[in-house]
Amino acid sequence: MELQEKQDLAKVANTIRQEIVKMIGQAGSGHPGGSLSGADILTVLYFKRLRIDPTNPMDPGRDRFVLSKGHAAPLLYATLAEKGFFSKDKLATLRKLNSDLQGHPDMKALPGVEMSTGSLGQGMAVAGGIALAGKMDNARYRVYALVGDGEVQEGLVWEAAMLAAHYKLDNFTVILDHNGLQIDGRIEEVMNPEPIADKWRAFGWNVLEIDGHDLEQIDQALEAAAMHQGQPTIIVARTVKGRGVSFMENIADWHGKASSMEETEKALTELRSLL
Amino acid sequence: MQKIATRDAYGKTLVELGKKFDNLVVLDADLSKSTKTALFKEAYPNRFFNVGIAEQNLICAAAGLSLGGKVPFASTFAMFASGRGFEQIRNSVCYPRLNVKIAVTHAGITVGEDGASHQANEDVACMRAIPNMSVLVPADAVETEQIVEAAYHYDGPVYIRLGRLAVPVIYDESYKFQWGRASRLKEGRDASIIAIGLMVSKAIEAAELLAEEGIKVSVYNMSTVKPLDVQAIEEAAENGCIVTAEEHVLIGGLGSAVAEVLGERCPVPLERVGLKDTFGESGKPDELLKKYGLTAGDIAAAVIRAMDRKHPCKHRT
Repeated sequence: MELQEKQDLAKVANTIRQEIVKMIGQAGSGHPGGSLSGADILTVLYFKRLRIDPTNPMDPGRDRFVLSKGHAAPLLYATLAEKGFFSKDKLATLRKLNSDLQGHPDMKALPGVEMSTGSLGQGMAVAGGIALAGKMDNARYRVYALVGDGEVQEGLVWEAAMLAAHYKLDNFTVILDHNGLQIDGRIEEVMNPEPIADKWRAFGWNVLEIDGHDLEQIDQALEAAAMHQGQPTIIVARTVKGRGVSFMENIADWHGKASSMEETEKALTELRSLL
Repeated sequence: MQKIATRDAYGKTLVELGKKFDNLVVLDADLSKSTKTALFKEAYPNRFFNVGIAEQNLICAAAGLSLGGKVPFASTFAMFASGRGFEQIRNSVCYPRLNVKIAVTHAGITVGEDGASHQANEDVACMRAIPNMSVLVPADAVETEQIVEAAYHYDGPVYIRLGRLAVPVIYDESYKFQWGRASRLKEGRDASIIAIGLMVSKAIEAAELLAEEGIKVSVYNMSTVKPLDVQAIEEAAENGCIVTAEEHVLIGGLGSAVAEVLGERCPVPLERVGLKDTFGESGKPDELLKKYGLTAGDIAAAVIRAMDRKHPCKHRT
């Protein structure tokens, strides 16, 4: 990755983080921690990898991205708005009555939202179904899903993992936002899903492990996943929950808590200083 | 009278439709021999997906296939689709209003010997409560063929409730199923019976028993439980009393749906035939229907009770 491109992408990721913080602060509720942890992943996906056109969001040949960890809706909304799927003005309506920006993504309300998600495990399983349809049609599009590391506690995730391996869905890439925290605390303490990478290997997946905040590593892993044949790929991306806002980083409480006006300002100041 | 299980008609219809429509795909969760989707698998192996014993994924994979432009029919036993897969149906099919058909077999107590764990008697209640869902319960093989084809052409979520037991064929080829419309099979002025599924043929039998006593009843098949045919219920109510009959618990099913309409629009005495807030058990289908009060005789007795209540001040024992 060229230095210039890396700097451009880092800037986009920073802008997305600022929008996330602003949106949730304005809404008075929402999930900042897991939205911030996935910002670099979505940046590389939407601004480098996905073959999508915001002016033609239903193009049958487009790549599909499903936000399986639907509570990170602010991350998806900020990314889609930044990409030009809809006006950034909409972001201020998050979680408000009559808004298209529902607390969890509603595919019928917003262009660019491929699937309504929020109930964990289901988005990934549906994404597997889309990949299956793509395989049937020998379509060129790829299917991506962002899954949380607490989410893998859902049995459905493993049902879907079996299906994707069984049908050799190499057009399917799952990115695991491995930030180590869930609502009730550290994932190992709540219900230990480790060793996560070994589990996916045992389920017949191609497993790549990366730093989920390193734009270059994210890009290379996505490239490797696209080249890999005969197996679906999971990119286990180690991330920091609340990444970019010092007082939110690695604190489970910020899973589903909005910042106060003062905290929001502080967070925005911090993020701006990183540019 | 010829008897065919609605699940058999379903399997054959899938094969017929598969010939005409390339985008029709079928999913099953390791019960394809029982649900009869194995017939489709044999004919179109590339359009059949066995997801294994994984009903949550059965529903979600079907949702994904619909997003990929396919028209998926997902099948397993009624118990496991409506029970295990409930939340997937609600959140990943009905909320985004995806074009997924959930065609389930082995509904009700006539599953028989497998017993209560496999007898879905609550599924109509669960499914009709979900916004955007249509709930269809064919009465025989002829209606099954038409409902399955209509479901293919309908754009949106559909739940089709089928049975294991061979049931009388009550319609001939002149029958035309209409979405949202009940069909009247008998006409009389003393009372009306509204039934679904295999209870429709029991209702016809009950009408014949009552006719021997000089009582003439109308019989309606409310195969579209949702959207419900409100007009047909209003017409049925003109007889002054109604009996509903279903192989389902009395909480939330057809009887409840009819009661909701009657209560709000045209109150008349109502008697409901169905399972009384109980689980089933093992036994032969006919033994179970008898033990749980789902025979033609039970319907006829309910008609007498309902007619008796047409006179509100009359003392009842």
